[in-house]
Amino acid sequence: MNRRTISRRSLLKAGAATGALAAASALPFGAAHAADLTVGFIYVGPKDDFGYNQAHAEGAAAVKEMAGVTVVEEENVPETVAVQKSMESMINFDGASLMFPTSFGYFDPHILAVAPKHPDVRFQHAGGLWSADKHPKNAGSYFGYIGLGQYLNGITAGHATKSKKIGFVAAKPIPQVLMNINSFLLGARAVDPTITCQVIFTGEWSLAVKEAEATNALADQGCDVITCHVDGPKVVVETAAGRGAFVCGYHADQSPLAPAKYLTGAEWNWANVYTGMVKTMMSGGTIDNFVRGGLSDGFVKMSPLGPAVSDTARNQFEAAKAEIMKGGFLIIKGPINDNKGNVIAPAGKAFAEDDIALESMDYLVEGVIGSTS
Amino acid sequence: MNETDLGLWAVPLAMIGGAIRVSTPFLFVSLGECLTERSGRINLGLEGTLVFGAMSGYAVAYESGSAWIGVLAAALAGMLFGFFHGWVCKLPKVNDIAIGIALMLLGMGLAFFFGKPFVQPQAPDLPAISFGWWSDISQVQAALQVNVLFLIGIVLTVAMGWMFRTTRIGLIVRVVGDSTDAARSMGLNPNVVRLLATGAGGALAGVGGAYLSLYYPGSWNEGLSSGQGLMAVALVIFARWSPVNCFWAALLFGGAGALGPALQSVGISSGYYLFYAAPYVLTLGLLIATSSPNRALESAPGELSITK
Amino acid sequence: MSTGTSTELRAPERRGFADIAPRLEPLIIPIGALLGGLLAFSVFLVLLGKSPVDFFGLVYKAGFGTAFSWQNTLSRVAPLLLTALCVALPARLGLVVIGGEGAVVLGGLAAAVVGTALSGAPTAIGIPLMMLAAMLIGGLWIGAVGALRIRRGVNETISSLLMAYIAIALLNHLVEGPFRDPASLNKPSTAPLDPALRVGDLPGMDVHWGFVAGIVACIVAWVLIERTTWGFAARIAGGNIRAAQVQGLPVGRLIICFTAAGGACAGLAGFFEVSAIHGSANGSLVSGYGYTGILIAFLARHNPLAIIPVAILLSGFEASSGLIQRRMDLPDATILVLEGIVFVAILVSETLYGRFRIFTPRAEEQP
Repeated sequence: MNRRTISRRSLLKAGAATGALAAASALPFGAAHAADLTVGFIYVGPKDDFGYNQAHAEGAAAVKEMAGVTVVEEENVPETVAVQKSMESMINFDGASLMFPTSFGYFDPHILAVAPKHPDVRFQHAGGLWSADKHPKNAGSYFGYIGLGQYLNGITAGHATKSKKIGFVAAKPIPQVLMNINSFLLGARAVDPTITCQVIFTGEWSLAVKEAEATNALADQGCDVITCHVDGPKVVVETAAGRGAFVCGYHADQSPLAPAKYLTGAEWNWANVYTGMVKTMMSGGTIDNFVRGGLSDGFVKMSPLGPAVSDTARNQFEAAKAEIMKGGFLIIKGPINDNKGNVIAPAGKAFAEDDIALESMDYLVEGVIGSTS
Repeated sequence: MNETDLGLWAVPLAMIGGAIRVSTPFLFVSLGECLTERSGRINLGLEGTLVFGAMSGYAVAYESGSAWIGVLAAALAGMLFGFFHGWVCKLPKVNDIAIGIALMLLGMGLAFFFGKPFVQPQAPDLPAISFGWWSDISQVQAALQVNVLFLIGIVLTVAMGWMFRTTRIGLIVRVVGDSTDAARSMGLNPNVVRLLATGAGGALAGVGGAYLSLYYPGSWNEGLSSGQGLMAVALVIFARWSPVNCFWAALLFGGAGALGPALQSVGISSGYYLFYAAPYVLTLGLLIATSSPNRALESAPGELSITK
Repeated sequence: MSTGTSTELRAPERRGFADIAPRLEPLIIPIGALLGGLLAFSVFLVLLGKSPVDFFGLVYKAGFGTAFSWQNTLSRVAPLLLTALCVALPARLGLVVIGGEGAVVLGGLAAAVVGTALSGAPTAIGIPLMMLAAMLIGGLWIGAVGALRIRRGVNETISSLLMAYIAIALLNHLVEGPFRDPASLNKPSTAPLDPALRVGDLPGMDVHWGFVAGIVACIVAWVLIERTTWGFAARIAGGNIRAAQVQGLPVGRLIICFTAAGGACAGLAGFFEVSAIHGSANGSLVSGYGYTGILIAFLARHNPLAIIPVAILLSGFEASSGLIQRRMDLPDATILVLEGIVFVAILVSETLYGRFRIFTPRAEEQP
């Protein structure tokens, strides 16, 4: 990122600060009731982490631009009783009536504890499995099929790799992460079926030194394209590029961190999703309790292709993307085994992107080196 | 890139590389704490100093365009924290352990507070020297990319060991650390010696932080340190207040920390949390094996509040 | 702690301020230091162009100003009281234990595992057994630190810290492996507890029973230290372990008992996190309560009763963090800076004890 962007950012910040200060001085103890709708966003980490939290904060920034909407935010809120109180504080002091507590761990037990106490407030959660018979009606979950973004990442990786080994730095072996690993490899195998993908789990969502060590271990094994699923991909992207490997991004756009080595990236498009939900609320409608969407629904987007992406790679990428945009893309197609030799799907059976069974994935497909426990 | 398939050899190689890459912050913080504790004062707050050093080093390196000016700024910032700790602790009845913990909180708070605008920008990195030129294997070359600060750390280790053994300054620090009364009777001012030793210790911890933000992993964010500063302070006890032992302890810790990722990369992947705990288990095991109830306090400075 | 005056308490015929002045000293000095710290922080705010009046108004409003604010504050207190005891009790013997976090996470795990096994059991049986398991594991974990100190001469500060990291690794390994509920998809956890095994809230409040348990634990610890022969022996030993051994005090047993008692408190904190908040054990148990407890214990000068107001003050600051972020456009770290400055001021003020003549009046100086 260059200096000019930064100073513009800080100018914007300073402007916002003065505005907020003026407002605060005029009405230091009153609730911010001026707007028609107050929306609360809560993040588990810093909102400029180049990753998970930044993706949500970019969505929040888009909501902030909407007329008649006030956005209140808190960052670095742990998944303890603290987040329950943060939600209630936004409701009691700011009059928030739409909440986006964005960390996965906020859903059970925290949103489930607070939502029944505040039936007039809508709680929207990213990634949770809301179910009608168990969970409050004023809570809901939404998520995107970002695995398809990793599939497209894999296509560019498949063209870029010379060693035929690609690498994945992952936090924990949970379904959302396993889906991304499998998709990344399957994308690469759509280019060359001999490619393998080495995965290393760091065990934590955010642990800078371990992520750097994992990236180095992958490079030592000859992986020459690396991607990740951790909260802040900055360390992985910079370390991998430093070792001369290509990188594919995740969560947000990391291309400024490694302009020459960045192939593309699977990004959330929360700005589109959140502004849509806020519009629904403001027009008196109700948001569905269970919302999912992929590339074609504007839930997920791809970073612009980097300079290292060849023309053949670009063509295959665009063709696959066009196919995915039609919806219902078959991501797991039989015959396919997991990497222990068990059959996942026999010939003729396939799972489409929106198959709910994929949200409880517990396997790594053949060709992924690593284990789920 | 031209990678050779190393098979299981990747594990020891990764541990050597990891020891060199990861150990430097442990080394600087523990050397600094070693000096401070030898003078009879404990500074548990070096985690806060390390984090503040990481932030200020990164910020100054970004603003000035020079990583070395960043390191200098980190050292200065660390020294300020050290001097403050040393100055406050010379007041009667003030508990140095407690002040250290409060300063840890303050250091982290200030670092996070002023560090917000520097999470996104990219500061220049510290240079590394390649010692792997003799090998054709790119992994060996990568493992032997040695940062200049690591080399400075080795020099410091030797120098500090020599200082404690043979120089007058070393003797003064040791006397002050062993007995305030004896130091006074020799005409020394223990408070001044401790102030200087705490300031120097803080400066070294600041440099350790700058290594994190300016070389490895080489960026500033709030989760950058996962307790390295606190662990390094504890390592000084493990190293029994010897600078050379601090060096080995830091290497051991860094190398064992590389074990987890390296084992997964060669296919040994179940139970990775337990492999990640290797540095802690190993250190605890060594500590138990080498301790003895009869000579527990043998090499501890006599005035140290934590081992009294 | 206010030691050293017990022998001269019997002085007769003192009246008025001169009589209560020595007792006021341990109140007035820290409160003065608190105000001094707030003043120093105000200067920090003014330098940043922010209004201290607005700031402290918001801290008061969000931490203590409304019924909701009080519940927000008090709901954060329970684990801090218990982890502070894990530091304060061993500190009576001169031990610096900084690894209470390990006892919290393993205590929580033990409670969850026992709770899963007891699914269907009535509350009156299940909850005490879960508490017992948590306290037992916590006590064993930190008691082992004490035992290592006695038997092997291993420094308790480093061993407790190392064991905290090992405990966290064990928790993660067990929660993602052997004890994982297969239905906990994207957040590996133990099986959800039976509703009968969940600790509820205090009547009419949004604060769970852990708060009461923490207060009770502090009072019991205070009685143990101040009013029993064990506590007296511990205080002697804390002054000088070698001398105590020469005098024939059972130093080894004291150390193991006090470390184990501290660990049991931290384990109990883990139980309440699992039973009252999370409903299962998972990675969210690792949230740093053990480390915050160290700070609280030192601020309270290891006096169990003083832990209570310190923990409430700290929780009030934490409770106000959100409103500060939202209303004043200050980063979340602002509260950390405030806490750092205030706590340094309070700790530095300890040098003032005995400096003011007004607190140590002598008969001939009175008008």
